[in-house]
Amino acid sequence: MIEWLTDPLSQRIVVRAIVELTLLGVVSGALGCWIVLSGRSYSAESLAHAMLPGLVAAALLGVPLLLGGAVGLLVGAVLIGLVGRVPRLDDDVAVSVVITSLFGLGVLLGLAPEVPAGLNGILFGDLLGITDLDIALAAGLAVVALAVLTVLHPSLVAVGFDRLNARALGRSPVGFDVVLAVLLAAATLVAVQALGNLLVVAMLVGPAATARLLTRRIVPMMVVATTVAAGASVAGLYLSYHAKVAAGASVALTLVALYVLALVARVITDASGPQTARTARA
Amino acid sequence: MLADADDVAASYPGAVMPAVASLTFAARAGERTAVLGPNGGGKTTLFRLLTGELSPSSGRLALPAGRVALVPQTERSRLDYPVSALDVALMGAVSRMPWWRRPSRADRELAREALGRVGLADRASATFGDLSGGQRQRVLVARALVQDAPLVLLDEPFSGLDAPSAERLDALLNELAAEGRGLLMATHDIEQARAWDLVLCLNRVQIAFGPPASALTLEVIERTYGTALVPLDGSGRTVLPPHHHAHEHGRP
Repeated sequence: MIEWLTDPLSQRIVVRAIVELTLLGVVSGALGCWIVLSGRSYSAESLAHAMLPGLVAAALLGVPLLLGGAVGLLVGAVLIGLVGRVPRLDDDVAVSVVITSLFGLGVLLGLAPEVPAGLNGILFGDLLGITDLDIALAAGLAVVALAVLTVLHPSLVAVGFDRLNARALGRSPVGFDVVLAVLLAAATLVAVQALGNLLVVAMLVGPAATARLLTRRIVPMMVVATTVAAGASVAGLYLSYHAKVAAGASVALTLVALYVLALVARVITDASGPQTARTARA
Repeated sequence: MLADADDVAASYPGAVMPAVASLTFAARAGERTAVLGPNGGGKTTLFRLLTGELSPSSGRLALPAGRVALVPQTERSRLDYPVSALDVALMGAVSRMPWWRRPSRADRELAREALGRVGLADRASATFGDLSGGQRQRVLVARALVQDAPLVLLDEPFSGLDAPSAERLDALLNELAAEGRGLLMATHDIEQARAWDLVLCLNRVQIAFGPPASALTLEVIERTYGTALVPLDGSGRTVLPPHHHAHEHGRP
């Protein structure tokens, strides 16, 4: 049993993957709560998909994926802004059109024989290819994101609750949006190397959605989401090591499995103890 | 003087006509002003002007040196948000702090006191969405108390409340006015407006402003509500037919 736990740790690449996943889990768990609470899961997914052509182009050109992803994000944002200006086109239609086009373009580029890492690595991440630079970036992101979320916590809570009246409280809803969008873009960029373009969303949304089901206050929700994100990803990594399956995919599946478990637990407790919510409303 | 408007108009981007125009009124400490008007008549726009969310497109608007607090319709507040009644009351403290500060122990104490004043001390740790409509409305008043603004705007605070909740809220609002706060309440209820100190009638322009006894004439009511008004046979009085709110009704 103890070998089951210690065996993977004898390999340096696994230890790096664990450190990287823990750091990303802490950021995704905390940030993901704001994404879920403000109903931005779709934006988070769109953002990740929009940068695929940039990532593939970076792989083709031999420049860092981070740079390609950043350019991809910018192009995606500008395109969504432009398409959104077409009369009689709703914003979410604009987002869908741009994102699917960009994603398709990315896949098309990714199938070119010149792409060194192959499409797989970009879509599903390369958890066992984590470098010291990746870890340093993830650690930097964790420090900055947690500092921002901690300092701004009272304002985020107030604006998230009552966006229409944020002005009356001396806060700007646009500021709220900008802070979340910048943190989300930074987290997506830093996490894409490890988790891949498709799985990064599972890490950002899954743990927060799980925590939403299990808690009734924001700070406990963030603590649970962070724990779930870091714990489930390390568990997924062990699963992949022993079952010899793809690392990123088993991390994502573990996150989803925990969500389903939480959902079942919530349904059972709601069915057996309705008095907490309903009779209190008298 | 808490707010002083002189021929103020406000427009939304892209709109040809101003959303509201010819606003000339004053709000003073201790005065309760009912704002009457149909849906789309400019009540919400007026509130946006007063909270600073919208700037006048013309005219002159003087606002209090302190802050303006807004008590929104509880039917529009988020019931799924994971916060307690105390958390919501504490949000009022945010308006008095720079963005990097956190609420202090004293702020929490203030929030508890405010919940006590609105009669909800025992519900401080209840989840906001689990409270009744009347309780939620009072929590939002507590938030305005923590904000400690001299001018309090209330957006249809009585809509959806049962009679005991409405009486309780009415007493609370009278108390707030008695201690020197100015209140501005958007309402559809003409009878309720008659009981307040002043009325401000809006229908995209200001129709009237003054004490209800002199300002609320039949002509003013007709111009405020247009064709929506139905005369009652023989009594000389008029009523509004049941109107459709632009928003969805939540729980009672």
